[in-house]
Amino acid sequence: MADVTRTDVDIDYVPPAEVEDIEMHHPKSFIGKYVWSQDHKVIAIQYSGTALAIGMVALVLSWLMRLQLGFPETFSFIDPVDYYQFVTMHGMIMVIYLLTALFLGGFGNYLIPLMVGARDMVFPYLNMLSYWVYLVAVLVLVASWFVPGGPTGAGWTLYPPQAILSGTPGAAEGEWGINLMLISLAIFIVAFTMGGLNYVTTVLQARTRGMTLMRMPLTVWGIFTATVLGLLAFPALFVGAVMMAFDRLLGTSFFMPAIVEFGQQLEYGGGSPILFQHLFWFFGHPEVYIVALPAFGIVSDLISTHARKNIFGYRMMVWAIVAIGGLSFIVWAHHMYVSGMNPWFGFFFATTTLIIAVPTALKVYNWVLTLWKGNIHLTLPMLFAIGFMVTFVNGGITGLFLGNAVIDVPLSDTMFVVAHFHMVMGVAPILVIFGAIYHWYPKMTGRMLEPIMGHFHFWVTFLGSYLIYFPMHYLGFVGVPRRYYEIGETLFIPDSAQGLNAFISVMALIVGFAQLVFLYNLVWSLTKGKEAGGNPWKATSLEWQTPQTPPEHGNWGPSLPVVYRWAYDYSVPGAKDDYTPQTVAPSKVEAEDGGGASSIRAEKT
Amino acid sequence: MNFFHDITRKPWTASQGALDDLHDAAAMSQPAPKLGLKVFFAVVTVLFALLSVAYAERMVAAGWRPLPETWLMWLNVGSLVLCSVAFQWARVSARREEVDGVKGGLAAGGALTLVFLLGQLLAWQQLNASNFYTGTSPANSFFFLITGLHGLHLVGGLVAWAVASLKVWRGVPLPKVRMIVELCTIYWHFLLVVWLALFGLLFFPGGSLPVICRAFVS
Repeated sequence: MADVTRTDVDIDYVPPAEVEDIEMHHPKSFIGKYVWSQDHKVIAIQYSGTALAIGMVALVLSWLMRLQLGFPETFSFIDPVDYYQFVTMHGMIMVIYLLTALFLGGFGNYLIPLMVGARDMVFPYLNMLSYWVYLVAVLVLVASWFVPGGPTGAGWTLYPPQAILSGTPGAAEGEWGINLMLISLAIFIVAFTMGGLNYVTTVLQARTRGMTLMRMPLTVWGIFTATVLGLLAFPALFVGAVMMAFDRLLGTSFFMPAIVEFGQQLEYGGGSPILFQHLFWFFGHPEVYIVALPAFGIVSDLISTHARKNIFGYRMMVWAIVAIGGLSFIVWAHHMYVSGMNPWFGFFFATTTLIIAVPTALKVYNWVLTLWKGNIHLTLPMLFAIGFMVTFVNGGITGLFLGNAVIDVPLSDTMFVVAHFHMVMGVAPILVIFGAIYHWYPKMTGRMLEPIMGHFHFWVTFLGSYLIYFPMHYLGFVGVPRRYYEIGETLFIPDSAQGLNAFISVMALIVGFAQLVFLYNLVWSLTKGKEAGGNPWKATSLEWQTPQTPPEHGNWGPSLPVVYRWAYDYSVPGAKDDYTPQTVAPSKVEAEDGGGASSIRAEKT
Repeated sequence: MNFFHDITRKPWTASQGALDDLHDAAAMSQPAPKLGLKVFFAVVTVLFALLSVAYAERMVAAGWRPLPETWLMWLNVGSLVLCSVAFQWARVSARREEVDGVKGGLAAGGALTLVFLLGQLLAWQQLNASNFYTGTSPANSFFFLITGLHGLHLVGGLVAWAVASLKVWRGVPLPKVRMIVELCTIYWHFLLVVWLALFGLLFFPGGSLPVICRAFVS
């Protein structure tokens, strides 16, 4: 139960911030302010804009894929080579260049300094470099459309040997698609490392006075832990990409066994394709949580703020984030059951996979319990947060199926897998991204996003995603394989599967259209949205307490804020308002009866 | 700071609130650049650890021929050790505010790094000359990859070294360059440790590491 008493310790003895202020870089020109900017907010917007732009390319690729799958032999401009290129680029862009960049480069950059009470990241110059190097990575990737042979069609997992053999699009003699993909990934990882060092060091070293680790909002916890995962996992992809580039360009055989291609013995020999799979998934599985953990953190804050209730089990939420982060490094081979492995390894990885469901489920329970008896406001961020919870549970449960080796083997490489991972790491995190944009857009621009367009966007995206992916699970069960250009006449696949495929494609086009409405809303509301004021959601965390909205360069005016409480003092019994910002000292809290209530600080006993 | 102890605290309680109010914003006693560099070390450690695992995995497979050990590699190890000593000299001199020592240490450190890098290039050439082509020998492929990546880290370090040297020779007061000299020094120490580990992996006495690995696996 909550208790409002606070006695002798209730003295405002925290003096104004004495945190050493950092030396700020003050740009003077337009270019210094908005192009070569070292301000974390500008960099965040640059990251987000680039990520959304390349994400739109990936969205269009998914439309093209769906056109082919839904209506085979209809579109003459899509041949098998194109199709494989669409599949590969769609997957890689969405996972790396959109989701990772947007969650960490976008939200991480914008929110970390504001939420921990810092003026900027600790290494602003490195932060700026991080964005520009990321942009180079994106441009190199885009360039692969303009080289002979076009982009690689190896599938987003880039498995050797096929990824660099001449039968694969982008890998024939004189083609550059696969080279540019590998180079782009290596550049991206350099960019991410520069950003990641910043996020971790800023969270550890630049928090303002009173902001202990356990007073940080869960958003920061999620982004922080995801960044640590990224820093430790991306080197595996880097190593894999560099070694494959060596195989391709210098003729080494790291991943290439002795191989005969079109009747010709190649010069490769002795390498291990499985080694690449291990490296790829040692990165690839933590990558799922690099995307999921920031989403977990953000959704916790959205739910708490819009249900006007403190997050249930804050400590457990932190522990769960840390535990998931640790466990995510020992589950990778569940992506490789069909590659062949010692049965004991299969047993080990199936077990760890099921164990990681425990802290994850704990988080879901805590979100539900936060909503329990909360004062739920069905705002757009809340709708998206609830949409995420439902979707994540659905996608997570099919993960339990696939995590078991015996069930995975028959389902492997079917549409069931595609449906599973799109639900759990496609739709679910994207819903959080949307919720977060609806939530923080007012802080970034000073205006609210237009709600009618917003509701249209939510309902079409949410319901549409289910209409796309629920039937896709069924297609997987009946045996429709993934990565096939067309199924043709296959004995065990009923004709009705084709009808379902067409339906899915139509839904994909509709959901895609809803995203265009969202983009229009982003632009429209910039000038015509309702004015938001500094704290439209009446939220407690620090970013809503800035003196200006949008926050100006340096964020906090002349002195840094002082933090007196955690980020979840909503509906504190005895307090007049249903929220108490982190910057309000105990003696400044107004009591319900209007009198001075110097002792209000919720305490659970 | 004890991370695991910290995350057991209950921030919503009044008693913890009183303690948390005392938090003076310094999470760790070291300055941010030093912490940032150490986080980077973690990244680089994972990078080379993964390469080492891949190397060990390949060693136990069929068709493995160990690299021929050359006196040049030992010479290179020597020059990298001297590099670290030179940087340490610069670091200690910076603490004592002896500008000549800082200049001497930095100059020697930079020069010895170049000697090391040239030595590595020469080793590449020697291996190529003795029919250990990159493509034909897995050991040599790994040798190129591992030494190349290690060398690139040193080249990156030389950028920081150049900034530090420019500042010192331009007469920037020592207290203002102390941090960057310090950072360069621990970076070089770290890369020395990494190289010693990799050197041990690549040239374990008599190429007997695969035998040991195989015994371990079976």
